[in-house]
Amino acid sequence: MKLLLENAHIEGIRYYEIYRKHGGYRAAEKALKMAPDEIVEEVKKSGLRGRGGAGFPAGMKWSFLAKPEGVPRHLVCNADESEPGTFKDRYLMEFLPHLLIEGLLISSFALGSNLTFIYIRGEYAWIVDVLEQAIAEAKTNGWLGKNIQGTGFDCEIHVQRGAGAYICGEETALLESLEGKRGNPRIKPPFPAVQGLWLRPTVVNNVETLAAVVPIMNIGGEAYSKIGVGRSTGTKLISACGNINKPGVYEIEMNLSVEEFIYSDEYCSGIPKGKKLKACIPGGSSVPIVPANLLFKTAKGETRYMNYESLSDGGFATGTMMGSGGFIVLDEDQCVVRHTMTLARFYNHESCGQCSPCREGTGWMYKILKNIEYGKGKMSDIDLLWDIQGKIEGNTICPLGDAAAWPVAAAIRHFRDEFEWHVTHPEEAQTRNYGLAHYAEPLSTVTV
Amino acid sequence: MSEQTPKFKVTIDNITIEVPAGTTILNAAREIGGDVTPPAMCYYSKLEGSGGKCRTCLVEVSKGSEKDPRPMPKLVASCRTTVMDGMEVKNMTSPKVVEARKGVVEMQLLNHPLDCPVCDQAGECHLQDLSYEHGSSTTRTEFERTTFSQEDIGEYIQLHKTRCILCYRCVFAANQLTGKREHGVLMRGDHAEISTFIGKALENEFIGNVIDVCPVGALTDKTFRFKNRVWFTKPVDAHRNCPTCSGKTRLWMRGEEVFRVTARKDKWGEVEEWICNDCRFHKKQASDWVIEGPSKIDRHSVISQNHYQGAVEAQPELVNEIIGKNPKLLFDIHEVSDVNREEIDLSKINGPAHSDNFLANQKAKHERKLKVGRNK
Repeated sequence: MKLLLENAHIEGIRYYEIYRKHGGYRAAEKALKMAPDEIVEEVKKSGLRGRGGAGFPAGMKWSFLAKPEGVPRHLVCNADESEPGTFKDRYLMEFLPHLLIEGLLISSFALGSNLTFIYIRGEYAWIVDVLEQAIAEAKTNGWLGKNIQGTGFDCEIHVQRGAGAYICGEETALLESLEGKRGNPRIKPPFPAVQGLWLRPTVVNNVETLAAVVPIMNIGGEAYSKIGVGRSTGTKLISACGNINKPGVYEIEMNLSVEEFIYSDEYCSGIPKGKKLKACIPGGSSVPIVPANLLFKTAKGETRYMNYESLSDGGFATGTMMGSGGFIVLDEDQCVVRHTMTLARFYNHESCGQCSPCREGTGWMYKILKNIEYGKGKMSDIDLLWDIQGKIEGNTICPLGDAAAWPVAAAIRHFRDEFEWHVTHPEEAQTRNYGLAHYAEPLSTVTV
Repeated sequence: MSEQTPKFKVTIDNITIEVPAGTTILNAAREIGGDVTPPAMCYYSKLEGSGGKCRTCLVEVSKGSEKDPRPMPKLVASCRTTVMDGMEVKNMTSPKVVEARKGVVEMQLLNHPLDCPVCDQAGECHLQDLSYEHGSSTTRTEFERTTFSQEDIGEYIQLHKTRCILCYRCVFAANQLTGKREHGVLMRGDHAEISTFIGKALENEFIGNVIDVCPVGALTDKTFRFKNRVWFTKPVDAHRNCPTCSGKTRLWMRGEEVFRVTARKDKWGEVEEWICNDCRFHKKQASDWVIEGPSKIDRHSVISQNHYQGAVEAQPELVNEIIGKNPKLLFDIHEVSDVNREEIDLSKINGPAHSDNFLANQKAKHERKLKVGRNK
């Protein structure tokens, strides 16, 4: 079932007329007739969870928004999608800009935000134009600006480009950057719901979360909550990449099994050249990597599904996280050490440098991983890496420290033999950069 | 109706104290004092917005409050977490905190050049104290340390970017004390550096205070550069009639010579009153000042050694002091050493003491013991 990308294939859907013709702004029409609290209630009922990575219930987040008298409130759309492996928001904004604008309008109305921002990743330069054109179109058609559709509600949406920092995807760093300051994460509390943008109550939501408000208004919160399974309601965009036949953005219902997602022709269509699956990072680069033997079945032997609960089943020991839906598949020829080094380099480069464990620790981890990868490592380096990641995790201001520590921890936890091979075979490690951990029990190719 | 803020009971390392609502855990711990107080490298009570960055003050909250007794899932920065009624905090008594703090110290020293022998801050450096008290004695890093290019930031202040731990104190100080800030943090991650944009000199009447707030040797006094070691100079409190600031300063003297002028600092190393550049850099004659007397420096550091007698008040008796506070120095050296016997009065030994002096004494004592036994 497709809710967000239902009309994505239609030519010219990014323009207002065609979007409107295919049922666009119907949800907004409906919402503007409702009381703001009713919309919040509807979103709560839908069980929509934040699609940015943490999976915090969106309705709950909205209800935390402080509403002091005479203080303006703001809604900020977090479009700073910089996680390696995640590109679902880019697709959504590029092809369905009006869906986001409609979602933003409904959400702004529900939260009472007259000034709403889209903070977009600086590298998405062409999408800024797409969004700005869509905003202009919406404005000429009376969906933005003053007295929207005669309801007396005013709303302006501004697009603000970031300057290329991953850390600005963290909500408080995003607000700092939006205020024109250096994008350092703030120390919480106070949370943005109380003191956010310019110390005013602010809600920061991911692009997909805000876009999902549109189908919720269309079909009703109750119906939306019936899609999916358990507390993972609705549909989720998954951006699949890596060693798969059909990389791309897929909209899935969250009762789809991981096995089906990788091997079915409707989705990734299996791994090229009939190679075996080695490991997978199911939620963007910062979630722990899982080896193939734990990917399809949980440690308890249950089938693993593409949803928040099932993917995190077993904790970090045998599970992983849903994250932002950046699904990265590694086949048997990929080297986990090299892969982990690449991620460590990314986090080293993107650490803001505010708190010491992350600032120094990420660089240290990268240097050690580089040594191991290029055959200069020692056995003790692996234990040292484990120790460093433990000293970073949980001891930093923002989750970037955790995000830097988890991939390293998981790689060592599941692929220690590969790290050890790099240490014991330095010459081979220098010349041959692919993996070696083949499993005792070969995994059969599944056809669905 | 009383307008007073309610008092919250908070227990830190099994010591309970009542503090007004809104106090941070760190400040509550400072009221108790001693080893209960977490170290703080970036927090500065006089600078608004400081804290939370260095992560040395992490503590474990084992009980959130009376109403919500759940423990906090992560270690929290005590400088930015306010107390709740009935909160229970573990600092020294939590192995998790000790371990995490050790990690933080290691990280802070990772790219620190460790050039203490040529650093003017040595002796009064908070990073030295921190690594001495909470760090490990070895380093596990084998990599080249990050270096930065030198930058001249004017005739008064020497900037060493390599020594900087990015506590942001100087940024806050410049923001809050001076009319306009000319320096800040550029770049990010382990290449973040304190710098001016671009190559400007720091010129402001009160900019010298960034030297005092800097916990390490990143910002030092150029007029004192390589002149002396801080522990050879004696601190005296002095004042002068200054038109711009309070004029209350601390002079670091040797004989009649004034080597350095700084603001007066309290026992947490925080400036009591900001002073102007004129007092700090230009008044280097004893005749410029009215000297009040020796300063009391109450810090567990080299800086508090070797001062004029009587400057430091008598310590409270050990027994009173150790109730939950100071687990250090709990044994008497005489009880564990065979050499330093109480009954030996070194002043009565003719000439330099020889091992025989002690042996004879021990032999005599041994015989005495035997005698006593036989008599029984």
